[in-house]
Amino acid sequence: MNLLAIIFVAILANNIVLSQFLGICPYLGVSKRIETSIGMGMAVIFVMTLSAIVTWLIYNILLAPFGLAYLRTIAFILVIAGLVQLVEMILKKTNPTLFQALGIYLPLITTNCAILGVAVLNIDAGYNIIETIIYAISTGIGFTLAMVIMAGIRERLELVNMSGFVRGAAVTLVSAGILSLAFMGFKGIVTL
Amino acid sequence: MELVMSFVIIGGLGLIFGGLLAYAARRFAVEEDPRVETITDLLPGANCGACGFAGCSSFAEKVVAGQAPVDSCVPGGKKVSDNICEVLGLESVASEDRKIAQVFCMGSKDIAPDKFEYQGVRDCKAAMMYSGGFKACTYGCLGLGTCVEVCPFDALSMGENGLPKVDTDKCTGCGVCAKACPRNVIRIISARNVKYVPCNSKDRGKVVRESCEVGCIACKACVKACPNEAITVENNLAVIDSAKCDSCGKCIEVCKRQIIKDLGKVLAVK
Repeated sequence: MNLLAIIFVAILANNIVLSQFLGICPYLGVSKRIETSIGMGMAVIFVMTLSAIVTWLIYNILLAPFGLAYLRTIAFILVIAGLVQLVEMILKKTNPTLFQALGIYLPLITTNCAILGVAVLNIDAGYNIIETIIYAISTGIGFTLAMVIMAGIRERLELVNMSGFVRGAAVTLVSAGILSLAFMGFKGIVTL
Repeated sequence: MELVMSFVIIGGLGLIFGGLLAYAARRFAVEEDPRVETITDLLPGANCGACGFAGCSSFAEKVVAGQAPVDSCVPGGKKVSDNICEVLGLESVASEDRKIAQVFCMGSKDIAPDKFEYQGVRDCKAAMMYSGGFKACTYGCLGLGTCVEVCPFDALSMGENGLPKVDTDKCTGCGVCAKACPRNVIRIISARNVKYVPCNSKDRGKVVRESCEVGCIACKACVKACPNEAITVENNLAVIDSAKCDSCGKCIEVCKRQIIKDLGKVLAVK
């Protein structure tokens, strides 16, 4: 039951983009077309899960026992950047098809704050390893959901006749705000 | 003690990941032909797609693999093609011919009126969906600037008369605009084609007269005036064969509609 609550909260009630405002950069940058937003979403789910597991292990094995919890930010950045690079190299050699599919999104999300955010949130919430994995996957799904909805809205906005000064960034930010308000409706359904 | 531990752990993490990455770079290295990168650097880098590939880097890959002709890069022209040949150790093949885009319509709003008022999406392709476009002439330029939007070289702009203008300095002849135009008004022609007829209407003379003040009515006055028999009328449009034309200018004098243009002058005026 607890795991179900984690999934629901991570995808809808506490959506990483629309409620916690992490990962706004790719959310606005890569959400022009549904296809690319799905590609980005898949890459985020993949990297987020992997980095959450590794950072959880590093925190609980290396940092916490020695009272070095305050070093977690710098350690996590190091680990995530190194990990993504490593995954990219291995994928390029062993699975070129997947490498092509994930494309430039892999290096892009190395410095994504949502990835670091999930690693830190896992520690703050005191999750065990299984809860960590579930939370990371569902947060990635929530990110993908927000991206795909936004891309759908933006694809339609492209065809709307509107004055020049709201076109582009302005109308995108306004619709992102309204979408975020809509997701606030999920708050309070489940409390952790 | 804590200080030492933090050094050891963070430094150790850095060392481990550094070593891991260095090892992975060796172990999982993918062999890449260095010529691909050299050729990518030689290309214009606009990713216009005129060569038929997704972008400059994928064209470079194909050309090194021998799956693409070396002279496919239209914007780069002879220079880029020669450079590619040099890298690959081939004989130069490209011709000197330069290609540019030209708008084959002179019918601005006051000259070629609309048949109804259009208030939809400001895009030529969308406008074509409403009973084949709002212009009385069914072949003329709609003037909503879809070609201007797609031009990767910023060579097109909307003129004051509502027709796109080609900046012949910037135009590379990549043909992205020609593909985007739903009415095929923009075409890629050889810059050697000194004279041309900027009208796209395949209607008979009577229909053209009703919908446009300048369109070619296929009266054949130019055909008779040309001493070199360079002009023929096809599909109710005068066509000038650049191989036979010697730029005497007689056709321009006799044309009642003043629709024959001298590209030499267009290029000179800029």
